[in-house]
Amino acid sequence: MASTTPQAQPAARGPRGFWMRASTLSDRALAWLCIAPTIALLLAINIFPLLWTIYLSFTNYRANQPGREIKWVGLKNYKRILGSEDIWGYMQTTASFVCTTMIIQTALGLGLALLINRNFRGHGFWTTVILIPMMLTPAVVGTFWTYIYQPQTGIFSYIVNFFADVGPLDMIGSVAMAPWAIVIVDTWMWTPYIMLLCLAGLRSIPPYLYEAAEIDRANAWQKFRYITLPRIMPFLMLAVLFRGMENVKMFDMVVELTSGGPGSVTELASINLKREAFEKWKTGYSSAFAVILFVTVFGLGSIYVKALNRVKS
Amino acid sequence: MAAHGNSAASAPSAAPRRLATGAAAAAVIAYALITLIPLLWIFVTGFKSPPDSISYPPKVIYRPTLEGYVNLFTARSRQTREYIDSLGPAATWYDRLARKRNMVITGPSRFAGRYMNSVIIGFGSTFLAVFLGTLAAYGFSRFRVPLKDDLLFFILSTRMMPPIAVAIPIFLMYRKLGLSDTALGMILLYTAVNVSLAVWLLKGFVDEIPREYEEAAIIDGYSRMQAFVKVVLPQMRAGIAATAIFCLIFAWNEYAFALLLTSGEAQTAPPFIPVIIGEGGLDWPAVAAGTTLFLLPIITFTVLLRNQLLRGITFGAIRK
Repeated sequence: MASTTPQAQPAARGPRGFWMRASTLSDRALAWLCIAPTIALLLAINIFPLLWTIYLSFTNYRANQPGREIKWVGLKNYKRILGSEDIWGYMQTTASFVCTTMIIQTALGLGLALLINRNFRGHGFWTTVILIPMMLTPAVVGTFWTYIYQPQTGIFSYIVNFFADVGPLDMIGSVAMAPWAIVIVDTWMWTPYIMLLCLAGLRSIPPYLYEAAEIDRANAWQKFRYITLPRIMPFLMLAVLFRGMENVKMFDMVVELTSGGPGSVTELASINLKREAFEKWKTGYSSAFAVILFVTVFGLGSIYVKALNRVKS
Repeated sequence: MAAHGNSAASAPSAAPRRLATGAAAAAVIAYALITLIPLLWIFVTGFKSPPDSISYPPKVIYRPTLEGYVNLFTARSRQTREYIDSLGPAATWYDRLARKRNMVITGPSRFAGRYMNSVIIGFGSTFLAVFLGTLAAYGFSRFRVPLKDDLLFFILSTRMMPPIAVAIPIFLMYRKLGLSDTALGMILLYTAVNVSLAVWLLKGFVDEIPREYEEAAIIDGYSRMQAFVKVVLPQMRAGIAATAIFCLIFAWNEYAFALLLTSGEAQTAPPFIPVIIGEGGLDWPAVAAGTTLFLLPIITFTVLLRNQLLRGITFGAIRK
C-alpha cells in the first residue's frame, strides 16, 4: 500500500473537481453515513433532553410524584426564579467566583507564560509539572483539598502559620474564607490552562518584530504593550472565555469541597440547581432555572466558538 | 550619560540577561513545586496510619504503613480483644494490620468494583466516541456536506451544555428505558459528551493528511471505503491515540452524571471516593489511597500526552 501511493501520486492530480466527479450521489450517501450516527446520538442524548427541559420548565411537574397530573403553568416558574432574591444571590456568588478566578488566573497564567518563554534549561519538564492539576478529576480534587484545608491538622493552615502567625485557619468552615477556599483550588487547577494558551500565543510571535522594535529603541514595556499584548490577546480571550464558561457551570469540585457552605456562601448556581432538582424534586421550577443557566452558558459558548475560529485562521 | 543608558538597554550584555533568565527559572520552579505540594501530600497520606493522618502538627516524618490501602479494599468490623484472640493467628499480613486496630476483615469493599466500573465505562465510551468521531471527522473533512459549519458548531455546542441542565430529562428518560444505573446507559451518555471533542480533534488530524493519497488509491482501484480504511486510517493512528486518551480522561473525570444517575450497580469511582467512611468520619488514609490509585493513570497519560495537550484543550484549533 505504502509503495503504490507515491507512484500513483502524479496521476491523482487530475482535473479539478475530481472529488465531485467520482460519483457524486454515492459520495453524498457516504457522507451522511459517516456523519449521521454522531448527529443522531447527539439529538437523542443532548437535544431531545434539552427540549424536554424547556417543556418541563413551563409545568409544575415533580419527578418524585410520577402519578401527579402535569399542569401547564406558563411563565410562572420563570417569574418566580427571576423574582427570587435567593436565586439572584446565587447568581452573584457565581459571578464573583468567575470574575475573581479569571482575574487571578489571567495574571498568574500570563506571568508564568512570559517567564517560561525565556526558555531556560529544563523549562519543558517544569511546564509539564505545572500542567498536571489541570487534567485531574475535579470531584476527587475537591475531596482531598478538604483534608488539606483541615483547620487543626491540615497542611494548608500549617504552612500559612509557618509564615504568618494567624492561628488555625478554617478555610471551609468560615464565612470569610470559604469563597477563597474554592478560588484557591480553582486557581491551582486551572492557571495552567491559561498559561498554556498564553504560551502558544507567545510562541506565535515572529522574533523579527522584537528585533525591529530594538532598532527603534523601544523599551521593555513598549515591546510588551505594542507587540506582545496585542499578539497574545486572541489566545488569552479564548482561554478566559472557555474557563469563564466552565466556571459558570462549576459543580464537581465545589460540591465536594464546600457543598455550598457554610450557609450558602459558596452556593453556586449549579449547586443550587442540583438541590432544587434532585433533593427538593421541584422539577418544573428547576427546569426553568436550568434553561436560564443554559442560555447564559450558551451565550458565552457562541462567543467562544467565534473566537476559536478566529484564532484558527 | 543618557546615551550610555540607551546603548545598554538596546544591547544588554550577556550577564544581566542570564541573571533575568535565572530569576525566571527560579520563579517557575517555585510555582511548580508549590503545585506539587497537594499532590505529594495526598500521596504520602495514603501511607499513613489513621492516627498519623490527623495528628497536630501534620506529620512529615512517620512510619509508613499499608493500612490505608487495606482499609480501602476491605470491609471490616470492630470486635472485642477476646474474640480476636479466640480466632487464632492472622492468616495474612492485611489480617494482621486490621487486628492491630481490633478489627476483623469481613470481606472486600466496594472500591474495586467502582474502579472497574470507571474502567469499563471509560473504555467503552472512549471506543464508541472515537469510532463515531473518526467516521464523522472523515465525512466533514473529505465530503461536501451541506451546512457543514453549522453542523460542526452544533456538535461543539453540545459540549458547552451544563450537565445539570439536561440531567433531569435524562434521569426521567433513563428511568423509563431501564437505563438508569446501568453501564450501558453511562457509556451512551459519556459517548455523547465526548463525541464532540472527538469529531473536532480528529477532523484536524484528517485535514493534515494530503488528499492525494486517497485519490491515488482510488485510481488504483480501491473503493472510497477501502481507501479510507487502508490509506487514511493508518495515517491517523497517532491522532486517534491522542484523541482516545483525551476522551478517556474526560470520561474518567466525569462526576455530575455519575452522581445523579448511578447509585449501586454502575457507580464509578469519583462519587464513591468522597464517601469512604472510617470510624468517626472520613478515613483519610483510605481516601488518599483511593485518590492516588485513581489519579495515577491520569498523571501518566498527561505526561505522555504533554505535547498534544494544547490541541486537546482547544478542540484542535491550536496545533502549535
